Amino acid sequence: MLRLLFEKTGNAVWISHLDLMRLFQRAFKRANLPLKHTQGYNPRPSVSIALPLSVGVESTCELLDFDLDGECVDCDEICARLNQCLVSGVKVLRVYDAGMKIRDLAYLRCKIELKYDSGIPDSAECAITALFNTPSLVVSKTTKNGIKEIDLIPMIRSICTIREEKNQIIIEAVICCQNPTLNPAQIVQAICKKLPEFCPDFSKCSRIEIYNKNGEVFR
Amino acid sequence: MKEKLQRILPMVQKPARYTGGEYNEITKDLSQVRVRVAFCFPDTYVIGMSNVGMRFLYGVMNEMDGVWCERVFAPWADMEEQMRTNDLPLWALESQNPVRDFDMIAFTIGYEMCYTNILNMLNLAGIPLHAKSRKGLKNIVFAGGVCAFNPEPLASFVDFFCLGEGEEVAPEVLRLYDRAKAEDWSKDVFLKAVSTIDGVYVPSLYEHTYNEDGTLAGVKALAGAPTKITKRIIKDLDSAYYPTKMIVPSTEIVHDRANLEVFRGCIRGCRFCQAGFSCRPVRKKSADVLYKQAIETMQDSGHNEITLSSLSTSDYRELKELTDELIPYCAAQKINLSVPSLRADNFSQELTQKLQSLRKSGLTFAPEAGTQRLRDVINKNLTEEEILTACANAFAGGWNNVKLYFMLGLPTETDEDVLGIAELVHKIIETWKNTASNKKRGLRVHVATAYFVPKPHTPFQWEKQITPEEYIRRTKLLKSNMYAKSVEYNYHEPDLSRLEAVMARGDRRLCAVLEEAVRRGARLDGWDEHFSYRTWLDAFEFCGINPDYYTVRGFGESEILPWDIIDVGVTKDFLRSERKRAYAEQTTPDCRHGCSGCGANQLLREVPCDA
Repeated sequence: MLRLLFEKTGNAVWISHLDLMRLFQRAFKRANLPLKHTQGYNPRPSVSIALPLSVGVESTCELLDFDLDGECVDCDEICARLNQCLVSGVKVLRVYDAGMKIRDLAYLRCKIELKYDSGIPDSAECAITALFNTPSLVVSKTTKNGIKEIDLIPMIRSICTIREEKNQIIIEAVICCQNPTLNPAQIVQAICKKLPEFCPDFSKCSRIEIYNKNGEVFR
Repeated sequence: MKEKLQRILPMVQKPARYTGGEYNEITKDLSQVRVRVAFCFPDTYVIGMSNVGMRFLYGVMNEMDGVWCERVFAPWADMEEQMRTNDLPLWALESQNPVRDFDMIAFTIGYEMCYTNILNMLNLAGIPLHAKSRKGLKNIVFAGGVCAFNPEPLASFVDFFCLGEGEEVAPEVLRLYDRAKAEDWSKDVFLKAVSTIDGVYVPSLYEHTYNEDGTLAGVKALAGAPTKITKRIIKDLDSAYYPTKMIVPSTEIVHDRANLEVFRGCIRGCRFCQAGFSCRPVRKKSADVLYKQAIETMQDSGHNEITLSSLSTSDYRELKELTDELIPYCAAQKINLSVPSLRADNFSQELTQKLQSLRKSGLTFAPEAGTQRLRDVINKNLTEEEILTACANAFAGGWNNVKLYFMLGLPTETDEDVLGIAELVHKIIETWKNTASNKKRGLRVHVATAYFVPKPHTPFQWEKQITPEEYIRRTKLLKSNMYAKSVEYNYHEPDLSRLEAVMARGDRRLCAVLEEAVRRGARLDGWDEHFSYRTWLDAFEFCGINPDYYTVRGFGESEILPWDIIDVGVTKDFLRSERKRAYAEQTTPDCRHGCSGCGANQLLREVPCDA
């Protein structure tokens, strides 16, 4: 099993998870790096992306696992060849010939930009900080099996709010990304639900880094 | 604009189709660009990016020095709503610049029911709909594609049409525009000059008059405009431009695969088929050239599927040579090779077996009519025996799924012909019972009927369309006679096909109807969820035009037809004689069994027609 670290930025953030898998499959083909295929009636190239990324979210820490058919190719060469065959915004940062077990992936550092077109409302920053510094913050979440009540606080390891420029607040948080998973968008939803007067006009999330249970960078 | 778009994108479905940035997209340095072309496809990205013609022309135009051609697609309804509320004008994908900033706006039109999208896109771009309201050289609108063979319903909106294959005429037109812009010509001067290019039709240079009964009385060419416009063709396909570096969409599209066009034209002469006549003469492409282009395309795109396309791929002379070479390559590279529209002959059967080793595909027949008599009328040379033999072979090989396509309302059709469909289906079920190697999985027979639409430049161009009520009666008759559990019957709703028939043989009076329909909200008519028949009927009523004039009335053989000015190569005399043969239930052999003198070979000088 080989693993690559890639980033998804710019307009590439609008490519969906499934489309991104196809995009990589084609890039491997263009780069003349034949992927191993699954066995069975309809053989499929085996690539898997560790944590599916929501459409619109930028990331600099995506992992994709794959297996190559045929002769062994040096990791740096795989990286260089793939980057010539990808689209703008999707870039392979490094290729590894081994990695940690995906099930040990635990935390995600994310950044959330909250934009207020007519300036940050008074005391928004304090109110948001306070909102996430309570013992429990229960919000409802729509799942396949109906509406579920969930508590966000146990899934937030650390969170800080920074006032940036006069129109933007930035939240940086380390949150659970596997069993259970907290989607950064839920943090924005919680703000809009609990503090409607501080609901931003526009928000944007990005992934910065991923960690294992011990807080070590996950690769 | 970019900031606005970034805020809208999270609110719409499949945002990646609006951002561009795909593999092989062409961008240019604006300081080196003299002519900017917004190449519009009047439907959504998923449909437009599947269009092969657009890919050829995108490549051809961008090969030109000083020209930058960008793509534009119709937004889906959710995006359109966002654009209108946020005051965001239609943009081109590559530069993300507004379409109204472009010099030329090109449309490729392959389907009558996307006419409203053309108007809606101009509207979204903030460009005046009427050609005469657009002054000067900015925003010249031109169009091509099969629908341009009767462009009259769009005559008020489009400055000029390019007829036939565009690879040569598009650069000629752009070079002229380049010069016109540099020398600051007036629009009138440019339009007159462009009308002298072969294959270019400038509708504003013609005046139409009508008789009291509503029929066309005359078409007057003004200012020395040509009285006949002959479509353009590429004579030698081997040396013609072929885009091996095609854009690979980052999102899934309808035909998500590489596409190799193996030849142009058709030898068959099915009398209802517009492409079969209007795309003549037959021009071959050699297997060697195709093989090289196929490999290059596959290596460059990384696609896992390639399809060999044409109007009738079984009729490609070197199909065996080409597939013999491609199959091993595709198998080694795990690429699926698909060969659509194979006929039910022996070689095709063999080929199907070979292709099956790559991946299993469906079994589809288009007999079009239920009885041999009617198939002779329409000159569809497919016999019941051929269908049943092919089915027997396929069932024995493990297939258990058949799709059958028919038309209802073909000239001379009787109830007996309609019931013939049920009978054929019954025989297929019997064949399955006798030959199936695996009966456990059961049989599925999908039957679909379409409502016949008479098209210009075919032997049936004068025919009446049956009424929607009669069509529905025939579908019911058929349904009540196909009761086997394994049969699934679907029929096209008549509303859309009726409008298609109106537009296909329409004249300039329909421009007002189109404009009115769009004003009332018609667009994306090809999509069930957006098509509103009521809107159209209201528009017809408002304009005082009866759709029946274009459908159930039929056109007289001595009548001046709106598309008479356009010469697709096949002569009107030939179409008339084919019509006569149809009524006499006489078939015409395919071109390979003797030239029947359609006239299209006159378009070729140096090389013979390769029928």
